Amino acid sequence: MEQEIRVPISSDKNIVNARQKGRSAALAVGFSPGGTALEQEIRVPISSDKDIVDARQKGRSVALAVGFSPGAATLIATAISELARNIVSYAKSGEIVIQALHGSPRLGIQVIARDQGPGIHDIKQALRDGFSTSGSLGLGLPGVKRLMDEFQIDSRENRGTTVMVKKWKQ
Amino acid sequence: MEVPILKQGDFLIATIQAALTDADLLHLRTALLQQVVRSRSRGVIVDVTALDLMDSFASRTVQEIVHMIRLRGAETVIVGIQPEVAFAMVQLGLTLENVATALDLEEGLAYLNQKSKTIS
Ligand SMILES: Nc1ncnc2c1ncn2[C@@H]1O[C@H](COP(=O)(O)OP(=O)(O)O)[C@@H](O)[C@H]1O
Ligand SMILES: [Mg+2]
Repeated sequence: MEQEIRVPISSDKNIVNARQKGRSAALAVGFSPGGTALEQEIRVPISSDKDIVDARQKGRSVALAVGFSPGAATLIATAISELARNIVSYAKSGEIVIQALHGSPRLGIQVIARDQGPGIHDIKQALRDGFSTSGSLGLGLPGVKRLMDEFQIDSRENRGTTVMVKKWKQ
Repeated sequence: MEVPILKQGDFLIATIQAALTDADLLHLRTALLQQVVRSRSRGVIVDVTALDLMDSFASRTVQEIVHMIRLRGAETVIVGIQPEVAFAMVQLGLTLENVATALDLEEGLAYLNQKSKTIS
């Protein structure tokens, strides 16, 4: 996308051609069809069950703007819901940061869930299907790992937890 | 967002109309159980067509709803799980074990009618 696009203008057809080229370039750079710049990250503070819904809805919008299918957007929104719920359940508060990724050649989405809660004592154990310290299903973290393409977790006891996940457009 | 619960003969129909918070889901659980008791319903349909997704909390709550209503001697059927929602549930590892599901309201009603016939 480095190169400039020149459109010679001498007739009304050129006008249409020029604006179409402009639109294509804008979309390629990562503007959404509605015109919003996708460069900027979206931060959603998380401290209640309403924030969980808010975060997953914002995640879905960004995913759709990046060009993910509605099905893929649902996978991403589901992962966000699980990560946000873990913040509410275990850390009381934190944030979800959503960002469109448009480094060539792939488009994608990155979600960071961050809190300063109690941290996870044994990460390996927490990533196992069915492990839960709260008597819940224990499918959140391992499920998020399956839903997304990349998964990183960093957690320190009494310091907090950060989970970073990415999904790439096929 | 409150979920409207409609009484139709021996059955109750709860139609979810938008994304639900955890509190909304728990409220639905309580309201449905109360209504089943009050109306002496034989069956319940929960229509989730408009639900944005079903994460682990929603699945667990749905499962609890089904089990609690079953203990009252009534049947529940979940209708309208969208294909992409189902796909995400499978990836998460959610199975909705022992929960009856049907394609839509019509099939859900057919299922309940058949069930209550075999019981009585
Ligand atoms: N943000 C977090 N802060 C502290 N502990 C967490 C956090 N997220 C997850 N955990 C721990 O990891 C376990 C597994 O999480 P998860 O897979 O989401 O299952 P569940 O939430 O159903 O227990 C939790 O029971 C909890 O002990
Ligand atoms: Mg969890």
